[in-house]
Amino acid sequence: MIAPVSFRRLRALCQKETWQILRDPSSNLIAFVLPVVMLFIFGYGINLDSSAVNIGLVLEDKSPEARRFAESLYGSPFFKVRTAQRRAEIEQALTEGRVRGFVVVPVDFAEKLKRPGDTAPLLVVADGSEPNTASFVQNYVSGAWSGWMQQRASERGEKPPARISIEPRFWFNPAAESRNFLIPGSITIIMTVIGALLTSLVVAREWERGTMEALLASPVTRTELLLSKLLPYYALGIVSLFLCVGVAVLVMRVPFRGSLLVLWGIGSLFLASSLGLGLLLSTVLRNQFTAAQAALNAAFLPAVMLSGFLFEIRSMPAVIQGVTYLIPARYFVTAMQTLFQAGNVSPVLLSSGMFLAAAGSFFIGLTALKTRRRME
Amino acid sequence: MFSRILTLIVKELEMLLQDRQSRMILIVPVFLQLALFPFAATLEVKNNTLAVYNEDSGRESIELMQRFSQAQAFTELLTLHSEAEVRRAIDNQQALIVVRFPPEFSRDVAAGRSPKVQAILDGRRSNSGQIALGYVQQIISEYGSERLDLQQKTAPSALVVRYWFNPNLDYVWHILPCLIAIITSINALVVTALSVAREREQGTLDQLLVSPLTPGMIMIGKIIPAILVAVVQGTIVLLGAVFVYRIPFEGSLLLLYGSMVLYSLALAGFGLLISSICATQQQAFLGVFSFLMPAILLSGYAAPVDNMPVWLQYLDWVNPMRHFIVIVKGVFLKDMGFVALLPNLYPLLVIAICTLSAANWMFRRRLG
Repeated sequence: MIAPVSFRRLRALCQKETWQILRDPSSNLIAFVLPVVMLFIFGYGINLDSSAVNIGLVLEDKSPEARRFAESLYGSPFFKVRTAQRRAEIEQALTEGRVRGFVVVPVDFAEKLKRPGDTAPLLVVADGSEPNTASFVQNYVSGAWSGWMQQRASERGEKPPARISIEPRFWFNPAAESRNFLIPGSITIIMTVIGALLTSLVVAREWERGTMEALLASPVTRTELLLSKLLPYYALGIVSLFLCVGVAVLVMRVPFRGSLLVLWGIGSLFLASSLGLGLLLSTVLRNQFTAAQAALNAAFLPAVMLSGFLFEIRSMPAVIQGVTYLIPARYFVTAMQTLFQAGNVSPVLLSSGMFLAAAGSFFIGLTALKTRRRME
Repeated sequence: MFSRILTLIVKELEMLLQDRQSRMILIVPVFLQLALFPFAATLEVKNNTLAVYNEDSGRESIELMQRFSQAQAFTELLTLHSEAEVRRAIDNQQALIVVRFPPEFSRDVAAGRSPKVQAILDGRRSNSGQIALGYVQQIISEYGSERLDLQQKTAPSALVVRYWFNPNLDYVWHILPCLIAIITSINALVVTALSVAREREQGTLDQLLVSPLTPGMIMIGKIIPAILVAVVQGTIVLLGAVFVYRIPFEGSLLLLYGSMVLYSLALAGFGLLISSICATQQQAFLGVFSFLMPAILLSGYAAPVDNMPVWLQYLDWVNPMRHFIVIVKGVFLKDMGFVALLPNLYPLLVIAICTLSAANWMFRRRLG
């Protein structure tokens, strides 16, 4: 049986909670300062579009042919080329991470190139300890190399070999800027922090300080208690969400193509699920230290690793893909990326919204259940 | 003096390991992360869906489609029949990439002309898209050179590509050394910052301060348990990396552990500094978080430090994780020696000295 909610009591409780939030510099830091800092980090610090990689070049062959090839590397906008005299020198630089790859033109390069029926090899070494950069190095060197081959063929009056070329088109994000998909995703991380981390501490704190007993002895009902913890943090989260979107769109110029109303709806559902998780941990663990650690592991790290905002879910093994279906952040990331870049694509948004609603009611319901048990 | 510090350390460790709940929270997540993240945190593209809209019906385009379906990156091949279907496949994220063959494709290839193939990608996942595009490009160019071979023309030159330190370009080799750094830092920071804040919130810090212990001794008593936790957790990840993930450990263990202790000192410095300006556990935890978040993101784990703007690279110098990841990877994969690592070791020392003395000063000021 659910006791009727007294709005006077609820308002008083909410007021107390709101004062506590506003008075504490740390919650303001988390809700308003950190989001902006993080957006800038995601916007400028995390750049997956490798620009100008440092590579080394060893010209063991100094023939005009070898120099022509070297020109194609120097001319590439993707490389900053350092020339070395000996291999050992550049190998050292690769080990120390000063260059991410190097190209060796062997002594007999021009000679083999001239001999018909023979193939002149070029050696490309990339630093495998940075796999993403290593594959960029390989791609760009082979791009420069095939450009050089074509040019060489046409200068010699040969018909260049037929080549099937690909014309890539990135929909929603024509310049393929990683910022445009990282920022919408990163807002999810920020919302998780506000929702789960902040609330994981609040109920545990009341227990630790003994104020929970005092509350339980008062006529406050379970619903009122829960609502008084949910509503103020919900308001904080929504304000922060719109702050993030505002900074992303107005300052960082990330296009937003969806509707604000849908954003508010989906955002509310996601906040409900992460607030619910935070409160649940706090209610069950009753200790700020453990609750905070648990929130870090149950909400924050999965949101970073398994939500698909940075790491592609489809590339994970099936078992882990299965796990991601249980993580609310996954649905919010999809919804945010769609809202920002594709607009209101309803099937995607609808299914995300439905899951978030289910997760939210599950966590909040469970919290309510656990609260009752403690009160009896 | 040493016995006093020792008592304090024992007390701190007892606090950390007091009950089942607290012990679990220190150990279980490490195993969970070790099992999940190496598979999850990858920028590779595998098991994706490639869609083909084939307006051509010749042999050549069908041959290419077969090759796409055999690639490891694409486990599913979707056939589309109209522009509207292409739009729907991308909009609803059914496919990462749609390859569109023009009507004259096979005829052009057979006649030795150079036809164009269109690739439509989901810009919401532009990084994976670019990688998938690379695979498609590779398949098409291999097909092209095989056709050349059939006509018995040898290419005058060829590229021989080698990946050092990670011959198969396996992402797990990059992730696990980074994971050693990330997991140790989360707990080293949380343990130092929260234990001081908890004492302050519960009033037991005052009791400690009126005891014969000096602030310096109290600090040491807080730092050493944090280092122990960090080293134990780091060891678990290291063992997992070597024995479960079978990544060959190339370098010196002594150097790795030496720098791990130095790194933990730098972190403990930050932890104490944060707790010295915080009044409650909530503030300390959120403070740690506000430090940890940018530190992880700018550590070179998610995206290379080289790709950041230059001013941010300079600013990132104060981030101990950035230096430690270079050290762990260097020792683990590249067998780098002490001298080669000096450029990354001395910043850790400088950071540790600065943060620890700042924290010490803050504590004394609060007392006075």
